Amino acid sequence: MEVFVVSLLNGLVYGMLLFMLASGLTLIFSMMGVLNFAHASVYMLGAYFAYTISLYLGFWPALILAPILCGLLGAAIEMYGLRQVHRHGHIPELLFTFGLALIIEKVVQMTWGMVAVPYRIPDGLDFSLFTIYGTQFPAYRAFMLLISALMFAAIWLGLTRTRIGLIIQASLTHPDMVGALGHNVPRVFTIVFAAGTALAGLAGVIGGNYRVTEPGMAFSMGPIVFVVVVFGGLGSLTGCFIASIIMGLIQTFAVVLDYSLADLLELVGIVVTKATPGAEFLTVSLPRIGALLPFILLVLILVLRPRGLMGTRDT
Amino acid sequence: MASENTAMLTVRGLNAFYGKSHILQGVDLSISEGEIVSLLGRNGVGRSTTCKAIMGLVAPHGEVIFKGRAMVGLRPDQIAHAGIGYVPEDRQVFPSLSVRQNLELGLKRANTFGRWTLEDVYRLFPNLGERRDNAAGVLSGGEQQMLAMCRTLMGDPDLIIIDEPTEGLAPKLVEQVGELLDEIARRGVAILLVEQKLTIALKISKRLYVMGHGHIVFEGDPASLAADETIRKEWLEV
Repeated sequence: MEVFVVSLLNGLVYGMLLFMLASGLTLIFSMMGVLNFAHASVYMLGAYFAYTISLYLGFWPALILAPILCGLLGAAIEMYGLRQVHRHGHIPELLFTFGLALIIEKVVQMTWGMVAVPYRIPDGLDFSLFTIYGTQFPAYRAFMLLISALMFAAIWLGLTRTRIGLIIQASLTHPDMVGALGHNVPRVFTIVFAAGTALAGLAGVIGGNYRVTEPGMAFSMGPIVFVVVVFGGLGSLTGCFIASIIMGLIQTFAVVLDYSLADLLELVGIVVTKATPGAEFLTVSLPRIGALLPFILLVLILVLRPRGLMGTRDT
Repeated sequence: MASENTAMLTVRGLNAFYGKSHILQGVDLSISEGEIVSLLGRNGVGRSTTCKAIMGLVAPHGEVIFKGRAMVGLRPDQIAHAGIGYVPEDRQVFPSLSVRQNLELGLKRANTFGRWTLEDVYRLFPNLGERRDNAAGVLSGGEQQMLAMCRTLMGDPDLIIIDEPTEGLAPKLVEQVGELLDEIARRGVAILLVEQKLTIALKISKRLYVMGHGHIVFEGDPASLAADETIRKEWLEV
């Protein structure tokens, strides 16, 4: 039971972090058709920016400044890079963002070094909030949940209660029509791209010290974010949210549930020994394939339901 | 040619391509202020592409002059701000947004109304008024057509291009479309009506163009089209 509650909370924390990254990517992907490979790189930049800013100004200014810097960078990438490449189709766009991801990784390595930087949780939040079943729940995780919830509310209110939000929603289904009604669609794209990268930056700020801030963090986070976007479905933030939480929970629970197929067979009275055919496969425990589960789900959903959980479009 | 000096919209030698296929091969047409003009022709002759090229949604080559300004090379939103409105063939209502939100997105600036207000729309189409808070995606085809036209009208265009508004509608709804077109004309808005059938075009148009394979094959008033059996047989009737 205690494992369940603690894992549930941890899964939520991780899922919300995923959502912070995936929500921006979903909006960008749905509106512009750009599968932005550099999205997770901006997440990494957010963490590094926050680390450097916090050395001089402390964590709280970094929480505000780092996402803003990431957003400005995103706006510049969209206006001076993607928009030019866009004319030549989706493949050049894809390659462009892929190149960008590699450049950002190298720049990070050259600037901050090959190994992890000591970006730590701020002292004010470095304590145990409560103890359940003997396990401590760090205040910082609660803080991450709070920031994620605030962000979720902000996105939701922004998209449903503001005029620019309505224009963005409309552009998800009929961008041409939005333009023909007199709205500057390229500018809307820039705003969405900037907001999406700012969110990725924010995820980096609060995720970088929760996990580790190192040059490989973009490439370890990137694929799972893609899984969330595809799994949730194009054009649907709700689907993206559900997919984020599912992935967060799956990955957290897989680590703590130390079972294998052999254990399952034992329940029905079949004992697996070294002599059993396929014993190597049957005794692989869940934690060892935990990292693989999201990708298995990705393959399954592409075969069974290509639109994703709640996708509104095919392309 | 004399009418060209007074024309609000002049299209000359308009060409457009989809990939390698040459869809528009030199389209010429003009519309005066407040005039109702129809563009007729069979499927696939380039009527919809003409609309999209004028609106900047398909890259146009040639000349499109609106109120003395060159439109070629402008973005669709800039062309809309110049005063051209467009209602596409497939309506393109925003399905997840409410009827009211759809109409509000027709406004070029928040709460800035011109000839048309939300109340006008709800009075003309009580159905839309009753369903103003419903998602537009659940409306019937006819209601979506009315919504799409009214949404474009909210932006107060001086010329509205309407692509096949009666397509697939029941006779009763076709009549409603006709009434709205009359109302639009009464408020001094010029109309370029694109149709396949002659249903309402002959009744309301002052002039008609017939299109065939990428260019205009006939221009004249309803009476002369009615008299020209060759054109009707070759380019209109199935």
